[in-house]
Amino acid sequence: MTEEAMDKPSDGVGCGAAVLMDIRNVSLRFGGVKALRDVSFDIREGEIRAIIGPNGAGKSSMLNVINGFYHPQEGEIWFRGKRRPPMKPHTIARHGIARTFQNIALFRGMSTLDNIMTGRITRMGLGLLSHAIWWGWAEREEVQHRERVERIIDFLEIQPIRKTPVGRLPYGLQKRVELGRALAAEPTLLLLDEPMAGMNVEEKEDLSRFILDVNDEFGTTIALIEHDMGVVMDLSDRVVVMDYGRKIADGSPQEVRNNQDVIDAYLGVPH
Amino acid sequence: MFYREAGEFSTSYRDDAQTFPIAFDRRRYYLVLAVGFGVIPFFINDYWANAVLIPFLVWSMAALGLNILTGYCGQVSLGTGGFMAVGAYSCYKLMTAFPGLNIVFCILLAGLITALVGVLFGLPSLRIKGFYLAVATLAAQFFFVWLFNKVPWFYNYSASGQINAPERTLLGVAITGPNADSAVKYLFCLAFVVGFAWIARNLTRGSVGRSWMAIRDMDIAAEIIGIDPYRAKLSAFGVSSFFVGVSGALFFGIYLGAVEVTEAFGINQSFLVLFMIIIGGLGSIFGSFAGAAFMVLMPVLLKNILVGGLDWDTAIATHFEFVIVGGLIIFFLIVEPHGISQLWRIIKEKLRLWPFPHDH
Ligand SMILES: Nc1ncnc2c1ncn2[C@@H]1O[C@H](COP(=O)(O)OP(=O)(O)OP(=O)(O)O)[C@@H](O)[C@H]1O
Ligand SMILES: [Mg+2]
Repeated sequence: MTEEAMDKPSDGVGCGAAVLMDIRNVSLRFGGVKALRDVSFDIREGEIRAIIGPNGAGKSSMLNVINGFYHPQEGEIWFRGKRRPPMKPHTIARHGIARTFQNIALFRGMSTLDNIMTGRITRMGLGLLSHAIWWGWAEREEVQHRERVERIIDFLEIQPIRKTPVGRLPYGLQKRVELGRALAAEPTLLLLDEPMAGMNVEEKEDLSRFILDVNDEFGTTIALIEHDMGVVMDLSDRVVVMDYGRKIADGSPQEVRNNQDVIDAYLGVPH
Repeated sequence: MFYREAGEFSTSYRDDAQTFPIAFDRRRYYLVLAVGFGVIPFFINDYWANAVLIPFLVWSMAALGLNILTGYCGQVSLGTGGFMAVGAYSCYKLMTAFPGLNIVFCILLAGLITALVGVLFGLPSLRIKGFYLAVATLAAQFFFVWLFNKVPWFYNYSASGQINAPERTLLGVAITGPNADSAVKYLFCLAFVVGFAWIARNLTRGSVGRSWMAIRDMDIAAEIIGIDPYRAKLSAFGVSSFFVGVSGALFFGIYLGAVEVTEAFGINQSFLVLFMIIIGGLGSIFGSFAGAAFMVLMPVLLKNILVGGLDWDTAIATHFEFVIVGGLIIFFLIVEPHGISQLWRIIKEKLRLWPFPHDH
């Protein structure tokens, strides 16, 4: 299959939509380790874009480049039609990119509610002085954002654990809270790093439904790393396949599944 | 069921975000305030004021400050004594350079100066963490003691090297100096501490506090969800130092009236305040008070019981105190990192359910 054929949009969703993020020839090295080698792909507005590949393929590194945690040695990131200069992760968050982590990265000393409220930090702008006084601005801001957060809590069906310290929650719920924290930012682009890892079938179904709902209801563009091929086939509009830091395939779930390089990569055929 | 929240439902998010969502807690809090302001001043004597209540208030203020930095934002500091000294010497210089300046402003300005100095010394926290940061703050501790000893300008070239608080009045009543009444000094400190505790509570219940706690719990995730770590850490250093500076000013101006830097603001004080927040509870406003109360009251009690009651030798009693504090620190660090405030919460939980442990 030629590169061109693979890049052609292949199903309805995302077809013809504008490109939200364009990753161009990105290479990332850690000393001698080449985590990403000349990777290019795009993410269209409103689609669910899966990134798959064997362990160590460079998937998480790719997300880390997208949200500014790693700075690639080569290549460009184009976001909303503009080339993005190097930025700190917290600035990138303010531009509407939120994420969850492969290993849960919740604030363990805080409750579910506080974790999700923290997700709204990019939208809360008051300074120290108004907080010190609290009455008036700070209180009003808090209540406003609390209303938004309660909607997310309802949406994720985690009302009963609102005030529970997250450290005490079981793994599946922690993953859900982390999703809630990312959603609270109302991101344009949501990055999910193995959101279903370690979940049972039922939990996976729940979470898949949430992800589809988020995509439908809020129009959030989603880039998701996932190992469960069933989930990937069900959820995603287009799939990027990586292996040894390279992109080896890109296309609809169907195309990717039948691609010989992909099959080889998963079966471990030597290069 | 001594303690209950049954039938208590927050009907708005505003109520839910209150400091004491349970009415019983709220009432008890008002009761404490009423007793503190309305009853104690009439019964207070010099011994209770000077040996117990005023030091308790001053140390509570310092503990609140350190708890904001260490308990809420996760940045360990061993420089508390040094920053208290900055507050004290700033207050002294302001009092003597501008004799007309109201004592309240002197103290607040001293806090502000300490806040600026604190931000300056907080800059390394942007690069280094944990143990190394603790060592850097320790350097601040030694630097300030050295500075206030070596540069006579700070103590106005007095022969003794001490600084003495001149008399200042508020509404015609002496607040500082030898003529100040114990009850007045107590009330003055109480007003400051209540005001600052309220501010600490406000800062920690909204987005500012959450950004501090996020940095404490996982700084990388915090940054990725949009928290500027520089801003969060430096604001914690600034606010914390403000509190510590004010406590230093009160310590010098109101509590002791005259201090010598090595003795009053040495490394021991840094550890004392750190012990207070560990024993009282990291990341808890109430814990700051509980820890300060414990560390102030325990020596007084032990002295009365062991030396007064059982005729122990004073030196042995003092050593016994070290043993107790050491043991408690180990206990709280290992068994209950959230200190007395957590024990208190557990007791309340039990009381809420008692006598039906499964009635939820
Ligand atoms: N911070 C880092 N320092 C050094 N090497 C790194 C770093 N992060 C990633 N790597 C290396 O880059 C390569 C790609 O890692 P990455 O985590 O992106 O893989 P992945 O596709 O997410 O794998 P997995 O499915 O196991 O999560 C690996 O060889 C990894 O060891
Ligand atoms: Mg990964």
